[in-house]
Amino acid sequence: MNRSLLPQPQASRYSVTAITLHWVLGLAIIAMLCMGWYMTGLGFSPQRLKLYNWHKWAGVTLLSLSLLRLLWRLTHRPPQLPDAVAAAMPRWQQWMHHGVHALMYLLFFLVPLLGWAYSSAAGFPIVFLGLLPLPDLLAVDKALADAIKPLHGWAAYALAALVLMHVAAALKHQWVDRDGLLMRMLPGRG
Amino acid sequence: MMSTSFTRRAVLTLAATAWLAGAPAAFAQQKLVPTQSEIGFVSKQMGVPVAGHFRKFDAQLAFDPAQPAAGKVAFTIDTGSATLGVPETDAELPKPVWFDVARFPQATFQSSAIKAVGPARYEVAGRLAIKGAEQTVQVPVALAQSGEHTTATGQFTIKRLAFKIGENEWADTSMVADDVQVKFKLVFTGMPKL
Repeated sequence: MNRSLLPQPQASRYSVTAITLHWVLGLAIIAMLCMGWYMTGLGFSPQRLKLYNWHKWAGVTLLSLSLLRLLWRLTHRPPQLPDAVAAAMPRWQQWMHHGVHALMYLLFFLVPLLGWAYSSAAGFPIVFLGLLPLPDLLAVDKALADAIKPLHGWAAYALAALVLMHVAAALKHQWVDRDGLLMRMLPGRG
Repeated sequence: MMSTSFTRRAVLTLAATAWLAGAPAAFAQQKLVPTQSEIGFVSKQMGVPVAGHFRKFDAQLAFDPAQPAAGKVAFTIDTGSATLGVPETDAELPKPVWFDVARFPQATFQSSAIKAVGPARYEVAGRLAIKGAEQTVQVPVALAQSGEHTTATGQFTIKRLAFKIGENEWADTSMVADDVQVKFKLVFTGMPKL
């Protein structure tokens, strides 16, 4: 569509730290979503037990990195949308642009915290790497655990949907709009 | 000399036997209060302590704190009543690789020696049988009395693999540790004063 727009790769790139956190966490979150989906379908087995524990260790790691990412984001202003790109976006796309990012950040915390809360309430405290016992977020309460369990799943599905929208929008900018917006977040081209 | 000593020993043995035989009758009123008693266990799954307990068990006791060495205690536990509080896991526990409830519906403990090791504290030695395997265990027990109730508490550690609890793929101790802590609180009525 907007073929007249020229790529603006240099002026508005994300920082190396932001780019690193984006790709590491992005790929890790996709892997975790797949893992969660796969492991919940397994029957009672050592494999299931192992994956659940790895999932919890990874979840706590992602939660910590997400906190780091949020702090970085709050202390380092991300590059503005290039004027030409912003001008070409209808209002609803601008809303979506901000809304999807804000919701993803919310879920970066909500999904692992719900998982941790569920694990605590169910009576299975998280022992990081099998060595470091982490504090329980809630006291053991089976009824509460049953109530939280689906919330963790729904929040994860919501995050998966947002990730899909995010990827679809990025690819639309790259292949349909051809505005070079993706370059801001690609490593090694600064 | 020899014959006198022999006779004395024989008489003493007979007397002791008679006393022991009489003991259960004398303490027949010692009874477990199941609703206030608990037998639980804690196993570690990949470092995570997971607590469970047995819903159904019974104990027979003949114990006089004045004569601890003459005391006896036995208990039976319905292995099918084990629960971790998680329906999916509870459905697995009765299976052959775990408790094999169909073949071994009960675990038993029978004391062989009780000795006092401190005020209201005892060391109970005995045989623990689970899933067809028997092991000698030493169980430290503390007694506390309140009104007509006597509460016996203690904990000891067993090796689950010695009883084949968790076989085949579940025998891997990096997944489920070999050590299982057994904790109990047994409330009895009818025990003589400490």
